[in-house]
Amino acid sequence: MTELLVGTRKGLFVLEGEPGSTFPITARHFVGEPVDYAMREPRSGRVFAAVSSPFYGPRIWYTDDLPGEWHPATGVALPRGGDQALKRIWVIAAADDGRTLWAGGDPGVLFESRDGGATWELNRALWEHPTRPRWRRDSGGLSVHSIAPWPGQPERLALGISAAGIWLTDDGGTTWRHGNDGIVADYLPEDTRATAIDLCVHHVERAPNRPERLFMQFHGGVYRSDDAGATWTDIAAGLPSDFGFPVVVDPADPDSAYVIPVTADDRVVPDGRMLVWETRDAGATWTPHGDGLPQDAYVQVLRQAFATTGEGAGLELYFGASTGEIFGSADAGETWFTAASRLPPIASVRAAA
Amino acid sequence: MAVVRLRGPLEKLAGGPEHRVDGATVNEVLQGLEREHAALEGWILDERGTIRQHINVFVSAEPATAETPVGADERIEILPAISGG
Repeated sequence: MTELLVGTRKGLFVLEGEPGSTFPITARHFVGEPVDYAMREPRSGRVFAAVSSPFYGPRIWYTDDLPGEWHPATGVALPRGGDQALKRIWVIAAADDGRTLWAGGDPGVLFESRDGGATWELNRALWEHPTRPRWRRDSGGLSVHSIAPWPGQPERLALGISAAGIWLTDDGGTTWRHGNDGIVADYLPEDTRATAIDLCVHHVERAPNRPERLFMQFHGGVYRSDDAGATWTDIAAGLPSDFGFPVVVDPADPDSAYVIPVTADDRVVPDGRMLVWETRDAGATWTPHGDGLPQDAYVQVLRQAFATTGEGAGLELYFGASTGEIFGSADAGETWFTAASRLPPIASVRAAA
Repeated sequence: MAVVRLRGPLEKLAGGPEHRVDGATVNEVLQGLEREHAALEGWILDERGTIRQHINVFVSAEPATAETPVGADERIEILPAISGG
């Protein structure tokens, strides 16, 4: 049985099913409110939801008993009396120590929890970083949307920020440095690219069993880093488009990555053909997979709407579309099935077996 | 003291629908409400101290802003706006 936590424009949907079949909806929460992200912390089982109430603002909620009561986490706010307000929480990520979590949001903020997610604190070093005035809002905001923990070393993190590039810390967020070498922003004038920091990272994933390796979907480019995010190599050759949003990896194979290219002009899959592209050689070659996916679909898949559970030959993949469908694969992407249809527009999908 | 009337999640967070709070303006009353009910912090006023965009405040049934004066025993209602989709 696989559980899907699906954040949508109209609340959190919990789906449970057997891979290959339709997943029934087993619960709804935050009915009518935008849920930008939801995840289950694997060690505690605690479930988190990032809810952007149009009335009462953004908030992280958690529950230890999914059919039961949700509690608002505390501390997920900017300094009071300042000139900015928190707009949205984009992502929540857990370390593997059972206590530490991070949450990223707009306007370019990172929160940390050391008590399993009940209380949170703003990372001041990133908030007060002297380069912040040069960070740029994109159409989605100014967002910490990707958090890539380092297994076994919670003091080491990589962040992806739109549009402020890759940020790295080795000391638990006390200091931060850029990791942008090799990234080419073709939306900027050529003579500014070398020193640009307003780089529109779309998503970053770490290969957990080779943690110095990261894969990135950029705003025009797919990249790989083999040195923990310090430098990047373009690996988009062979894809129908170097534009897209999500990227996921097979935890068992550091040479693996999956992307869903869309065209830059309209942000939907090229020619209506929904294909998931897989590499098993670290981006040297790419293989399309469309068996079971619609080939007349002009849809978009957002950066948090692609998820995995399991690994290797048993890797399950799930992604949610802007049109409310969830597609799944129980064989590492070879074949696909429709897990759910006609949900509200999907912002995030997370899977747990 | 003004009487602040809350509904929905605000009522639950504050532990009841009606609360008597001191303050000469709407902003002062809302800040006082937050001080007395810490669980409300950030729900009506954001970090800047601004009334959230899609929350409407009425003083004695008239639409109000943060600066609207509040008289003794006036009724302040805090309601979600007509918005969304």
